[in-house]
Amino acid sequence: MIQIKNLNVNYEAGGERYAALKDINLELAAGETCAIIGPSGCGKSTLLKVLAGIIKKYDGVVEINGQPITPSQQRIGFIPQNYGLLPWKNVWENIRLGVKIKNKKNNDDLEGLDFLIQQLGLAGLENRYPGELSGGQQQRVALARSFLLKPDLLLMDEPFSALDAMTREEIQNVFLLAWRKSSVSTILVTHNVEEALYLGQKIVILSGIPGTISQVIDNSLFGVEDIRNHRDFFQLSLELRKMIKEDWSR
Amino acid sequence: MTEKRRGIWYIYGILIFITLWYIAAILADLPIIPNPWIVMMNLLNIFMSKILIHGFYSLWRIMAGVFLAVIIGVPVGLCMGYFVKWDNALSPIVYLTYPIPKIALLPILMLLLGLGELSKIVMIFLIIIFQVIVAVRDGVKSIPKETYYPLYSLGANYIDIFREILIPASFPQFLTSVRVAMATAISVLFFTETFGTEYGMGYFIMDAWMRVNYLEMYSGIVVLSSIGLILFGLIDYLDRRICHWQYK
Repeated sequence: MIQIKNLNVNYEAGGERYAALKDINLELAAGETCAIIGPSGCGKSTLLKVLAGIIKKYDGVVEINGQPITPSQQRIGFIPQNYGLLPWKNVWENIRLGVKIKNKKNNDDLEGLDFLIQQLGLAGLENRYPGELSGGQQQRVALARSFLLKPDLLLMDEPFSALDAMTREEIQNVFLLAWRKSSVSTILVTHNVEEALYLGQKIVILSGIPGTISQVIDNSLFGVEDIRNHRDFFQLSLELRKMIKEDWSR
Repeated sequence: MTEKRRGIWYIYGILIFITLWYIAAILADLPIIPNPWIVMMNLLNIFMSKILIHGFYSLWRIMAGVFLAVIIGVPVGLCMGYFVKWDNALSPIVYLTYPIPKIALLPILMLLLGLGELSKIVMIFLIIIFQVIVAVRDGVKSIPKETYYPLYSLGANYIDIFREILIPASFPQFLTSVRVAMATAISVLFFTETFGTEYGMGYFIMDAWMRVNYLEMYSGIVVLSSIGLILFGLIDYLDRRICHWQYK
C-alpha cells in the first residue's frame, strides 16, 4: 500500500521559497494503478520524484507498506520521461541493470528475463544500443527493466508522451499485459486524458500552482475489454476533459 | 569504418608521407635530407642491434607516466565532476597550475628527483594528468541529471554510480584527453631524454646528430614517430572497442 499524508514540498530558487506541492493526501492499494493528470508545472514530476526517493526534502508522510520511502530498502522502479536507459549499455545490460543493483549477488531470474524479452517484443534486439532503437523500443526496454525488478512501486513520468499515436496504443497494451501478470502498484503521470482513462484504476487530477489534488476519480472503465471503442469511454473522457478544464481555469 | 578499410587508410597516409619526403630529398639534394629508402634500409640494419633498447626505454617512460596520470587523474576527475565540494576545493588549484608550462619545471624536477628515470616519468605524468583531470571532470559534469534518477530510485550506492554511469559516460572524453596529451608527452619525452641518460630515443637522435650520422638520426626519428603512431592507434582502437556505443 502506498500512503501519502499531508505532503508539502518547497523549493528554493534565487533565494526565494516556492511551494511545489501543497497538502497532498493520497492512498493507493497494493497492485493498483493510478494516473496523475495535471497541467504543466503543477508539480506532477515533483510528486513522482518524492515517491522515487530522489527528492528527500519534504514535509509530511510518504510510505510504502507502512515504511517511509528509502530507495535502498524498497524496490522502486522509476521510468523517467526519456526512459532512463544508459546509452553505453546494450538492451540486455540495460534490462538487467535494475536487478544487478538491487540484488548485488548474481542470482538472476534469467527465465523471467527471457519471458519479459519475448512478452515485450524485444527478442533479437538484445545486443543493440539505445541509440539504435526507436522511441517505442526504448520504452519497452525501460518497462522490461522495471518489471524484471518486481518492484513494490512502479513510477512512470509521462511514459508514452513522446511516442506517435499508434506506437503509444501498442505500448500501453504491452504495459497492461505485463502489469496483469505481476500487478505492480503503479503511479504514472500524464497529460493525456485518454491515457489516464485507459491505464488508471484511480485518476488523480492535480491543479496548480502550487500542486494540490482537486479530485480523485475511481475509474469504472479500467480493464473493460476493447474499451477504446466503447461509447462510455468517449463519454467519460469528455466529462473528464470538462472537469479538468473547469478545474484548471479556476 | 571496417578494420580492413582502416588499414588501407593508414597505408595511404604513410605512402603519401614517404612520397613527399622522397620528393623533398630529390629536390634538396643535401645530406641533411636523405632518401627515405636509404633511411629505411639503415633502420632495418641497426634496429635490433642499436635502436631497440632505446625504443624500449622511451616506451617504458611514456607508459609509466601515462599510467600514473590515469591512476591518479581519473579518480580525481570523477570525484571533482560528481561531488561539488571536491570541485570547489580543487578547481582553483587545477585552474592555476594548468597553464604553467610543465617543461619549465624540468630543472627543478631533476634537482629534486635526480637525473634518472623518476624525473622523466614525473615530467610526463605532470603534462598528462591535468588534461585527464579536466576532461574527466567535464565529462562527468555534462551527464544530464535525469540519467542518475533510475539508479537513485534503485538505492544505488556510490560504487554503483561510479561503475554504471560516471566511468562509462566520461570514458570518451578521457580517451580524447590522453590522445591530445600524448603528442605533447612525446615531444617532452624527447627533450627530457637529452639530459642525464644514455638510453632513450631522445638520446639516440641527439647522439647521432652530434656524430653527424644523419642516417642514424633519421632512423631514430622514424622510430620515435612510430612509437607515437602506435600509441595513437592504440587509443583509437580502445575508443572503437569501448566507446562504440556513441557512434550508434
